[in-house]
Parts: sequence; structure tokens; C-alpha cells
Amino acid sequence: MSVATWSPTKAGQRYADVAEETKRQLFEEVKSDPRYPDFLYGCYECGICVSACPSARFYDFSPRVIAQALAREDIDRFYEILMEDIWNCAQCFSCVRCPRGNNPGGLVTLMREVAVRHGLEQAQQALQGYSRVIYKIMLKGNQVSPDMLQPDFFPDWGPWVREFSRNMSAWRKAIPVDTLRNVTDAAWRTDEKTLRELYTIWFETGNMEVIREVDEGLYELLVEIMEEELEAAS
Amino acid sequence: MSEKLIPLAELRERKAQPVRPNPEEAPRPDLREELFELEARGELIVQRVPEPYVEVTTKFGRTKKVPIDHLWHHKSCGQCGHIPGYTTSILWLNRQFGIDYVDPTDQTSCTGWNYYASATSNAVAQLLVMCRNFAAAYETGYYPLIHCGTSYGHYKELREQLVHHKELRDQVRRVLDKLGKPLVVPEEIVHYSEWVHVMRHRIAERQVVDMRNITACVHPACHYYKIVAEDAIYDPDIYGGQRTATVTALLQALGINVADYSTWFDCCGFGFRHILVQRDFTRSFAVLRKIEVMKDEANPDMTVTHDTGCVTTLDKSQFAAKAHQRRVGVPVLADSQVAALAMGAHPFRVLQLHWHSTDWRPLLEKLGIDWQRHWAEFEEDLAAIERGEKPGLTWEDAEQPILTR
Repeated sequence: MSVATWSPTKAGQRYADVAEETKRQLFEEVKSDPRYPDFLYGCYECGICVSACPSARFYDFSPRVIAQALAREDIDRFYEILMEDIWNCAQCFSCVRCPRGNNPGGLVTLMREVAVRHGLEQAQQALQGYSRVIYKIMLKGNQVSPDMLQPDFFPDWGPWVREFSRNMSAWRKAIPVDTLRNVTDAAWRTDEKTLRELYTIWFETGNMEVIREVDEGLYELLVEIMEEELEAAS
Repeated sequence: MSEKLIPLAELRERKAQPVRPNPEEAPRPDLREELFELEARGELIVQRVPEPYVEVTTKFGRTKKVPIDHLWHHKSCGQCGHIPGYTTSILWLNRQFGIDYVDPTDQTSCTGWNYYASATSNAVAQLLVMCRNFAAAYETGYYPLIHCGTSYGHYKELREQLVHHKELRDQVRRVLDKLGKPLVVPEEIVHYSEWVHVMRHRIAERQVVDMRNITACVHPACHYYKIVAEDAIYDPDIYGGQRTATVTALLQALGINVADYSTWFDCCGFGFRHILVQRDFTRSFAVLRKIEVMKDEANPDMTVTHDTGCVTTLDKSQFAAKAHQRRVGVPVLADSQVAALAMGAHPFRVLQLHWHSTDWRPLLEKLGIDWQRHWAEFEEDLAAIERGEKPGLTWEDAEQPILTR
């Protein structure tokens, strides 16, 4: 629906083809999270959260609408937010200055979890190009590493990235911190035992199943490497 | 009705007075008391803040213990991976003051950046990553000092969830048992910038670089003072106690002129997912709502912040904006780097400024630091490494300040 044809009265009709039961089930999944009651207490509609929200300045995004839709259990609006809005949130939690004690950013996190668990297309689109980060965090326990600073990925960071990429090895050796020196594939040197404990956490908490929903190929690769490590150690 | 109206003059008078909150009237219970109750019931261990520590005031007027010594450095992946001078400066400061510390290899990141970016995890997994790290610190006998603002905020929120949800505690304990680790939560969750804050007068005592001609804008990190706001340091003498005192108090102690600007409360635009795969938002926000506003209203010599994402975003977003003739060009440093620089740390061996994107040369020149000479020294280091004469820089190479009193 374009801006020109959008109308509040048509809100809730954008996903009319999706069964009410499906929308309800996804909502109930969000609502059943143990954190949900801590994140939502109602809404004064004061808009303080919106005034503080960086995403509201650049996107058609409103933490107030999220709090309202969930508080009213407006299933249709909830589904629209789930499909269209949640990936615009910057997760800065500026919105928690809410006088009612709401945490709209936290609600977004819960909704994102559900979107990922169900492998929703919008979640997969939002995470396009993100797989190499998931690979790093799951295997190394670090979000970023020096070897990810490549000119092709960060052209807008200027010629500095190219210069760094050329000198990465020497520059990393020229860091006096023992755990960082000469490490390029992770942020710091981590014990193998520590990483095995991390892998155990991923398996024991169902986190790997979440990865499977996002990228099945990546999931298989990660499982193979992790299981090999865990078996070798046992 | 009119009897209840407060005259404008009185309102102004009240506003001019520093905020001194009464902890007895705090809107939320003290989570630490609940932690000790859980410990008394045998549910978990509370790791006590070791002596010596300094007591500071937090948002609701409560006191918080910030340890000085015996520190377990919970490093930040974004700092160590992309801004290593951030971490190096923290540890350099520790070494200058003879602090007994551990730089662990038995540590993972909090994985919170990924969680806030992609949600490809869940509450129990996130709690376990935190508790595994806390147990690792506890096993060494040292106290965790959290380097990353997101780790600090994420851990505060996770701690709250752990305390309030028995079902989460039970799930966490089951996996920790499998790992052979105890369920430990520190008495206080402490950010490195709080350590810098309580050390600021000792840092100023050893200041060798005069910074009185420098104007700085402060960008406070959202995940430091917005998530579980009651843990952040507030001081009636800084911003009248209405904003967090961390970073600003350090700069003032160093004689720097801290200039205010109207978007102080705004986030930097990092966005977690955005900075990695959707940087149009990040660049726009960082430039239009932060850097240009600072430039127009305060024209600072530098921006100082205290978190991984903020340094990355504010520093790296300026290059593309410059190509569009936006009003940018403000070097971005972490408070630890400023503190180390004030004490004479080498700009490249310690601050590692060559990892920063926005031009820092005018700042060093204004401070009277001959950066060309120090860059030549660093290039010599690199050449020696390339020639295989030394495997890399060590603390011995970096320890010595470039200036002495």
C-alpha cells in the first residue's frame, strides 16, 4: 500500500489473507515470554518514547504504536508491526524513559525473537548479509574481528579501511595487550575450553535451532565444526 | 486551583538547585537486596566488591561501590576488534597505577550486540553467556570490570530477569551444572568508565598534557544510562545531578571545557544491525543529529564517549558525510584514551589512533603533541616487526609516557 492510498481505516487489512489464528498464535507466543509483563504496563499515549526514538526520525516507526497495539491486543496491528516495523528499531532503549515504565525496545526484541524462530521472510530479508556475523559470534564468541574490516564491506568508512586491510598483520602485532596481539580472526585470544563451553550453551538452550531458521546452510556448517570440537575434547 | 499553581520564579529557583534524590523514595526496589536474599536461600553466590572501593551516588540517590583494584577485565569485542586503542588505554591506565588485574582468555563477549541486532538467540542463552563469564571471573578471585556499554546494559537487564524469574534461574542452573560452574552474580555491575570516573582526580594529579584550551562534547552511551537507569552514576555537581556524570566529570577534572549541545540525549545511531548491514540510517543519524549539532552549537575539538558502538559510529560515519559537504570533522575518542593521553600515553603505541577514521591530527597539534615524531617512532616499531626483529609490541615498549612533569 502506498502512502497516497494508506488510510487508518484500512489498517489491519494489509494482511487480510493471513489467518486470524496465525496472527493470534504469533501474538500469544510474544505474550507468553516471561519478560513480557516486565516490558508492558499500558500506555498513556504521551509520546515521550517517540520523541526520544532515533528510528522514529528516519522511518515510519513508532514505539508508542507498538506499546498501544500490544496493550490493546490488536492482533491485526501487531501482525503489521511484526512484518514491517520491528527491524527498524535501533535497540538503543531511549524509549525506556516512558513514564508508565514500558520498554518498547524490549517488546521489539521479543517480537524479533518470534519472527526469527518462525523463519519469517521479513526476518530473513532484514538479516541478509548478516550471516558472516552470526558465523563469527557463534564460533568465536565475538561479534566482530579485525579480518572483517574489508574495503568491500565498509566502503563508506573511507580509505582508512583499505589502509588497515593492507597493514592488518603488522598493526595487530603492534598492540601491547597480550590477548590482542597478533589476533586477527577474533577480537582477542580465547581458550578452546571457553569456546567449547559456549558451544554447549548454544546447543543446550536451543539457540542452534534458531540459527537453522535464519540460514540452514550456515547452521549445518556451524554444527559440524562445533560437534567436532566437542567430540574431540570428550 | 490557582492556589496550587507554583510561581514561575519558584520553578526557576527549584530548577537551579541540584537534584539530590532521596534513596528512600526510589521508584524501584534495590535489586542488590533481592540478590542477597537469593544468596541467603542458597540459590546463587553474590561476588562481593573487593576493597579498596569508592562509593558513588547513582540516579536514585543510592550508593554504588566501584572497585579500584583486583580487576578482571571483561573485554569488548567491538573495542578489541576495531578500536584496540580503547582497550589498550584502559589497561595502560591500570598499569600506571599499579593495579592488580587479569586480562582473561577465559572470556567470551556478552554476545549482546548480536542479540540486539538479529535476535538470533534467546533469554536463557544470553543469561548463560553472562553467568559463564561471571563464574570465570569468580574462579580467579578477581572482580569483573565491564568494558562495553552494551555488555554493561545487557548484563544489568539480564541480572534483573534472573532475579525476578525463578524459571529462568532453574534453566540457567541446569546448564551451569553441566559446565561445572557455580551461579554467581557480582554485587555491583561496574563499567570501566565508572572506574575511570572514580580515578579522575588521581589521573589529573599525574596529568602532563595541558588540556585547558580544548573544548569537548560528551556523548553518553545509551546502554550505559538508559537500560536499568538506576545503576548509572549521577552527581549533583555535574549537570545539577540531572544527567549522568560519567565522562563529563573526568573531562572537567582534566581542565577540558565541556560544551553542551541540544541533542545530548540522542543515541549515536549505531543500531546494532544497522551499523553492519544498513548504514544509511546510522550515517544519517550520527551526522545530522549528533556531529553537525555539536559542530553548529559548540564547535568542539573532540567528542568523547564511553562505549564501543558510539566511538565506531560517530568516528566512522563522518567520511561519507564529508563527501557530501556536511559539517563534520570532529575527532572521536573514548574517555580512557583521553585520560591516557592526559597522562602522556603514546598516541599510537597506546591510543592506537591510526585505527580511527576522522582526522585526529588537529587535536594533537592543538595539544602541542608532535604527532609526526611519534608516528615515526611507531613506523620504526612496525618496520622492526616486519623485519622479524621483534614479534610485536609489548608493554615494555608502550609503558613509558611521552612526556614527564
